[in-house]
Amino acid sequence: MNLNLTLIGQTATFFIFVWFCMKFIWPLLKTAMHERQAAIAQGLASAEEADKKLAEARSGAEDELIKAKEEAAQIIEQARHRANQMVEAAKDEAREEGERLKEAAQAEIDQEVNRAKEALRAQVAALALSGAEKVLESSIDAGRHSDMLDKLAAEL
Amino acid sequence: MASEAQTSAEYIRHHLTNLTYGQLPDGSWGFAHSAEEAGSMGFWSINVDSMAWSVGLGLVFLILFRAAAAKATAGVPGGLQNAVEMVMEFIDDLAESIFMHSNDLIAPMALTIFVWVFFMNLMDLVPVDWIPLLAQAVGIHFMKVVPSTDPNITMAMALSVFGLILYYSVKCKGAIGFLKELSFHPFPPKGVFAPFAIVINFALEFVTLIAKPLSLGLRLFGNLYAGEMIFVLLAIMFGGGAVLFLAGSAMQWVWAMFHLLIVFLQALIFAVLTIVYMAQAHDTEEH
Repeated sequence: MNLNLTLIGQTATFFIFVWFCMKFIWPLLKTAMHERQAAIAQGLASAEEADKKLAEARSGAEDELIKAKEEAAQIIEQARHRANQMVEAAKDEAREEGERLKEAAQAEIDQEVNRAKEALRAQVAALALSGAEKVLESSIDAGRHSDMLDKLAAEL
Repeated sequence: MASEAQTSAEYIRHHLTNLTYGQLPDGSWGFAHSAEEAGSMGFWSINVDSMAWSVGLGLVFLILFRAAAAKATAGVPGGLQNAVEMVMEFIDDLAESIFMHSNDLIAPMALTIFVWVFFMNLMDLVPVDWIPLLAQAVGIHFMKVVPSTDPNITMAMALSVFGLILYYSVKCKGAIGFLKELSFHPFPPKGVFAPFAIVINFALEFVTLIAKPLSLGLRLFGNLYAGEMIFVLLAIMFGGGAVLFLAGSAMQWVWAMFHLLIVFLQALIFAVLTIVYMAQAHDTEEH
């Protein structure tokens, strides 16, 4: 093991190689690795962001759904209420209508009764007259006694 | 495998000899024909095999990582980019956890050291005879394929790191601050013993400082050299008949399994220690 020029040759080679590595290898790889690291970090960050947004959207959608359900329930409630009202109104109307029909029928009946009474009265007057005629066997002046007979009839 | 013409000693020696280019004893330039001849060449010679494998493996690292870096996008990474980024992130995390200052050199240097040394160590797992025999077939007599078993290679890297330690120590603390750090610690210079304390401190701290590149370079060299040596010793058994052949094969396999750990760990230790030393060089706060 004798030391010789190889020592110097290797020293020169060493510095040249180290210099080459420092200039043309290390920075390029380092930059690429840094860039990739940054890209990965960014990717992860944006994925997280997207996750957050998705969660937000989901909870928003849930809120909307709940609101919509509430609204629908409200509308149904209103509709039911309205339907009830309408049914009540219809019932009332029907009752009124029936009432009215009853009254009209009653009025007609009353009228009919009155008319019958009138007719009866007229006939009673005539009957009484003819009866009295028969009793008295004499002709009574219809003109003179009609007032009295009418009064009689009105008392019926 | 030891051929009939070689003794075991020759076989081992052959495996541990570098292909050295330098001035031969007769004055001409050429490849050394033996370990002695290589040793006699002195400093002005070069281990061609170590250099070639070291540069080649370094280029494999640079080309692989450059290919990944050139196509690197922030999008979905492909197979190569994935592998490269995994190694890079590993080293980057290490550097960031140990080195608290800002210096664009440290992490790329640690990456270069880690992958390069790992590749060099990995050559140890190629069966010891494959490449040397191939080389002999094309007329190259010596061929050591594991650069990190050559102290020139490991010490060169350790000394480079040491140079950077000195550079950043002086740059961050100033020459005076650096000397202060070396001499005012661990014994505070107070009272009449101040000069004495400073001398002791400096002696201690200077040894600590010098020990850094030595331990860094020799640890890697020692581990890999020993590992290679064991592979070579086990390979000798291949020439000793059927029983020894099978035993040697099994032991090669076991040792390779264990050595895989060393291959990785030594590369990691070199890179981590480099980061630690750099962090210490940048530390300006007083102890």
